[in-house]
Amino acid sequence: MNVPLGAVIGLSAVLFTLGVVGVLVRRNAIVIFMSIELMLNAANLAFIGFARSLQDLSGQIFVFFVIAVAAAEVAVGLALIVAIYRTRLSIDVDEVASLHG
Amino acid sequence: MTGDWLIFAALALIAVISAVMMITSRNTVYSALFLVLDFTAIAVFYLLLQAPFIAMVQITVYAGAIMVLFLFVIMLLGVEQAATSPGLPLQAPVAIVLAFALVILLGYGLLQQGDGQGGLAAVLAEGFGSPIAIGDLLFESYLIPFEATSVLLLVAIIGAIFLTARARRQAG
Repeated sequence: MNVPLGAVIGLSAVLFTLGVVGVLVRRNAIVIFMSIELMLNAANLAFIGFARSLQDLSGQIFVFFVIAVAAAEVAVGLALIVAIYRTRLSIDVDEVASLHG
Repeated sequence: MTGDWLIFAALALIAVISAVMMITSRNTVYSALFLVLDFTAIAVFYLLLQAPFIAMVQITVYAGAIMVLFLFVIMLLGVEQAATSPGLPLQAPVAIVLAFALVILLGYGLLQQGDGQGGLAAVLAEGFGSPIAIGDLLFESYLIPFEATSVLLLVAIIGAIFLTARARRQAG
């Protein structure tokens, strides 16, 4: 695919921003978590684009590690959501305000 | 060149529309399925950007394992249609205005880092992005981070079991 690097980076920026909008707008903890995954993927796309442009495989290695860390993060994050749901019977992040000042 | 732009535009449209649908769907299961579509579109981008190994990892780990975990938790908790609080007044409009500012700054900042106009057509080394090349680099230059990742995954498994088992004890 022969398009300027700027096009790939621009798409990555748009996808990252959509992830940010999801975190800001939605109150459902699972959708917020999925938006965070979208942001990770947008960053990975930028890594792959730069790796292709600079002809350096280190960018792809970094994406490999990001995916491994994301898998660990999802396991712990979903366990947290399950634990919170069992005590509060809600996944609305506004309901989880016991530490509210 | 035109064909490349057509492929890029079609894939980018799929990725962006499925991301928007993921955010706006009222049903959490639909959100998860749109996210699978998004991950698949991004995996095709990886293939087109000479990263076939990462594309397959993306499909198996992200679109496969991680999203199955999401769907499993959604259905385990039965929160497909969970009603949520309305949120702050003006939350959505302010978020969208700030998002526009963010996307402009992000694009500008990232493009400052390199020659954004340069094409990607440069001739690549034989086997760039193949499992052999990735494995060589991973087990020679990045061996310690690789081992650290295995410890991280082990800690994540223990953490996930600990968190859910403790919640069961409290409920029971």
